[in-house]
This record gives sequence, C-alpha cells and structure tokens, in this order.
Amino acid sequence: MNILEVIDLKTWFPIKRGILSKTTGHIRAVDGVSLKIKKGEVLGLVGESGCGKTTLGRTILGLENAREGKALFFGKDLFAMTRHEKKKIRKRLQIIFQDPLSSLNPGMNIIDIITEGLVQFGMLEKDKISHAIKLLHEVGLDKNALYRYPHEFSGGQRQRINIARAVSLRPDFIVCDEPVSALDVSVQAQIINLFLDLKEKYSLSYLFISHDLSVVSSITNKVAVMYLGKIVEYGPVEAVISNPGHPYTQALIDAVPVPGIHKKRIKILKGEAPSPSDPPSGCRFHTRCPETKKICREQEPAEVISGERRVWCHLYKG
Amino acid sequence: MKRKLLNVEKLVVTFKTDQGVFKAVDSVSFSVNKGEILGMVGESGCGKSVTAMSILRLIPLPAGAIENGRIIFNEKNLLDLNIKEMRKIRGNAISMIFQEPGAALSPLHRIGHQMVEALLLHKKTDKKNAWRLAEEWLTKAGIPDAKEKMFAYPYQLSGGMQQRVMIAMALITKPELIIADEPTTALDVTIQLQIFELLRDIRRSGTSILLITHDMGVIWEMCDRVLVMYASKIVEEGSAGDIFSSPAHPYTRGLLKSIPKLQVDSKRLQAISGQVPSPFDYPKGCNFYDRCPHAFDRCKNEVPKQHVLENNHKAACFIAEKLVSTNL
Repeated sequence: MNILEVIDLKTWFPIKRGILSKTTGHIRAVDGVSLKIKKGEVLGLVGESGCGKTTLGRTILGLENAREGKALFFGKDLFAMTRHEKKKIRKRLQIIFQDPLSSLNPGMNIIDIITEGLVQFGMLEKDKISHAIKLLHEVGLDKNALYRYPHEFSGGQRQRINIARAVSLRPDFIVCDEPVSALDVSVQAQIINLFLDLKEKYSLSYLFISHDLSVVSSITNKVAVMYLGKIVEYGPVEAVISNPGHPYTQALIDAVPVPGIHKKRIKILKGEAPSPSDPPSGCRFHTRCPETKKICREQEPAEVISGERRVWCHLYKG
Repeated sequence: MKRKLLNVEKLVVTFKTDQGVFKAVDSVSFSVNKGEILGMVGESGCGKSVTAMSILRLIPLPAGAIENGRIIFNEKNLLDLNIKEMRKIRGNAISMIFQEPGAALSPLHRIGHQMVEALLLHKKTDKKNAWRLAEEWLTKAGIPDAKEKMFAYPYQLSGGMQQRVMIAMALITKPELIIADEPTTALDVTIQLQIFELLRDIRRSGTSILLITHDMGVIWEMCDRVLVMYASKIVEEGSAGDIFSSPAHPYTRGLLKSIPKLQVDSKRLQAISGQVPSPFDYPKGCNFYDRCPHAFDRCKNEVPKQHVLENNHKAACFIAEKLVSTNL
C-alpha cells in the first residue's frame, strides 16, 4: 500500500501587476509531478533553488493550494478532506522545517511544546513529566530541557526538539524540508543518524527534501531529482548516483566536491536555471544541457521506464 | 621560497556582551603567501569570520576589541594604521567578498554606479574610463550582457549573478589579497562550480585568496593550504593534501569522518559527539576535551601547543604525532 501517492500535481503562483493586481502570468512552481512512497520508504527529493521541491512538500501538507492534481494519503485524497478528516490526518502526517528556531513557539517551554500534540489527540500519559522525559530521551536530550525555552538551545538541539514533537504522535509519515541545511556539519551527522534511528524504531516513512545530494544519499532509499517544477529522474538512490540517467542529475553529481577525489569536470553547466514563470519549450533543461538535440527544444520528453528507474529525457535509452 | 603577503601574529579579539566578555579569536597566527588560496575552515562560532574581519579592521566597535597581535601586510602593521590609511587599503590592496551578496550590494544603486564608485575611490581616472573598466570586469566575472547589466539593480539579478558582481567589484582595483567569506554557501552547487572557476582564474592572475568556509568540500576543491579552527583557536594547519590524507587533530579527523559523502551504500555517519563549548565556558585545557575520543588527563588541564609535523603540517594536540600516521 502506498502511504503517499501524488498524481499530476501542479501548484502555480499568480504574478500580479498593476494597481488592480491583474494576474499577468504564473510561477509554475510545481508543474505536473507524480510520485509514490511505500511504507518504510524514504524518498529524497533533490534539486536546486527554485525547482519546486519545497512547494511540493508544502502543497502535500495543505500549506499551499494545488491548482491541479491529487495527493492520496493511504488512498484518501488530502485535498478533498473535510476539516474534521484533515484534523485526524495531522496525527499521521507530520513535518519538520528547515529553520529550527522559527518552528518553535518562543513563548512556550519545551515540555509544553513537545506535549502539545499529545494533548490535542488525547495521547498524553497520566504522568505528563515522565512522558515528556521519555520523548526527550528518544532524541538525545535530557530532562534539563523541560522547563527551558527555545532561545536557550543550539540549532542542533532545537531541531531535536522539533523531531521529538513530530515523532511524539507516532506518525506514519514525516515531510522533512531541508531539516539539516541550517546546521553545522558535525551536528548534521548527529541529526541524520537520529532520523535513521527513529525510522527503524517506529517504521517511519519520510519525504526528505534537500538541495544536498550527499545528505540525501546518506538517508534515503529512493530519490527524485527536480528541475524547474518537474521530476527529471527517479529511482533507487544507489543506482541513480552511480549511474545517472539524466544529464541534469549527472551535472549535480559532478558538482558535488568529494574530499579525496580530484574530479575531472569536462563540462561545467553554463548559465542558470530559467524562470519558472517562463519555462523553456520542449525539455525544460535544454537551455543548459550539454547534449541538447533538436527534439529536446521541441518536445517535452516522455517518461522512460527501466525497472524501478524513471528518466524524462529523449536521449535516455534505459 | 614563497613570499609572505600577509602575516597574522598572535591575534586576540574579544567581544563585550551582557553576559560578560569572551574571546572570539585566541592567539591566532598564520600567513598568506603570494599567489595561494589559503582555506580557513571551522564551524559556527570558531572565530574564522572574526579573524577575517579583523584583517580589514571591520570588527564592530565598541563591543569588539582587538586586544593583541599584529597584522603585517606589505611590511606595515595594519593595526597601527589610522582610519585614512586603512581606507586606502580596504577595497584596494585587500578586498572582501561576503556570503550574502544581496546584503553587501546597495539595493538603491545600479550595478554600474557601485562598480564605478569602488574604482574611483582608489584609482585616479575619469568616469568614462571607470565605466568602461567596470563593464570589462563584469564580463570577465562571467556576467552576460554586461553593458545592460550595468544599469540593473541588484534585486534584478540572481544570487549567482550578484556574487559575480561582488567579485568583479573586488577585482576592479586589482587587489593583492581577496578575503572571501563563505562566497558560495548561499549558491546552488552547479553555480558554485562556476564561481570556483572564477576564483581559480583570479589566483592564476597572481591575487591571493583567503577562503573562509565551513564546507570541507569547498576546501578540497579550492585550497592549497588549510587552517582548521575550533572554538577560537587554530587546531591544525597544513597543505590540503596533508589535511585530507593524514589529518592529525582529533577535531579535523572527526569532521572528515562525519561529513555526509555522496555514497552508494547507506552507512550510518560517524558523528562527533556533544557540541561546541560556549565561549563563556571554555575549558581549562584543550577546547576539544569534552568531545575528543582520545582525551586523557593532560588534555583536561593543559592547553596543547602546536606540534610541528612534516611539511609545515602542524596540529595542536599532545598525540598529533601518533594520529597523523593513523588511518581515519
């Protein structure tokens, strides 16, 4: 059973100009994305600024309005739910954001923050303090944290608090939006390990959004690469990294510095990603692709399926 | 024999806060040679940015204070210069590139105006010539349609473009040294590559670069020599080759082991336990004592001096000699 199934999702933001705020165009942040996540799977969603990965995560959670498409959670359409149903879903579908500080209410102490959800769903044990301590231990914090406030903690500790809060409800699925990007390198490793441990312990599934391919490769089993609102490649992470099918995936992999390995980069991607309000014709990547052919400028590439891999490129033969 | 361009000697920088005074930089000494890219790597709060800002005397006063040390550049101690003399050096012989180009560029002035201003502050020439030079440097920095871009405002450019403008502005006065503070952190990885190429071109033309970053990958790609900083001190120093192949300080070793690498087999990462000590709470002995897997009694009470290993490789650790030849 698929925990999450996204079907042809589009999220567009209107561009309003003039005194009367006339809509003159749209930023096509997510422009036709489909994906599936099975129970126990961690799907990495990787791409650079403006590719739409964060908007995709937010749309799934109902924080942005989809223009078209569906997001099915355990088979039920998230966008068609009543308020009552949506409230119940919150227990099973959680989120962890990039900025650990702005995700925490500065006026609440830690014990209240991490038990707030439990109170909402009637899951709080009789002994609130011991329940809270158990939650803190799960994320490597101790009881000294209980009555302190978010501003008293470091970035890594704050993120642990966010994770404790998310996991307290024993959700099935967590959307993690760049959860380690704002953390120091040595702390990143600790938090990544924590994600891995909790996944094992509670059979969690994640949608792990990140611009950092190295982080994604440490934690996910499947990866989807996004460019300008669309997925260009999808597959098991080891296969995609060791043998990328799409030229953009290849460029991303090439660009990552790997200490210890001198990379000979023959083709460096020129220019920058075009604006999502005016995507190029045909394959959106054709303006920067080192292998562009005539068909790439004219036709959008169809999905090429090769086992568990999917690549959207005219030149990919499988 | 490499010529030393910049020599920092026993630099100490403190800050006054509500909670008291703390040392952000503790007796830091290093030099930058002509034509090299020196990397300064460390995590939040290690003192690398403060060190860089001290060179150009950009430390906010009165909270910040350079308590001790000398910064020798072209045989003069920069800390002895008055404001006028310092201004002649900033943006001229020594330029700086910052992490957030959007924040460093004036939002109210067109690119051309800012470039020309940067040049005319230091070089005697007429506006027409300055405008032409500015266009040239924008092109050299990889900005397409430089002629039009001269009339653009910073907000009309992407992050990568803004960074190129900042680099062009830093180069237009033909500096001897560029201090680059996290120049690619805010940029996408494919754009980062382009900026690397640009920085390499700059080095080829004879300008030295002091490259400050928290990213070991950037250090690997770009730097000839590396300084590793931890909690206000330099803990290790050496060529990039030595630092990556035979790191001697437990912090450097821990850092290299904990970096997520593009890996094909999902292995749990080897994290450094604990966290950086608060600058108000630095321990008596080695600052890394609480987190070090090799710590012993001496480390608790005594501050380790720099141990000199081969090839100008130094590490501030009592067992540096043993660790340098131990595999990670």
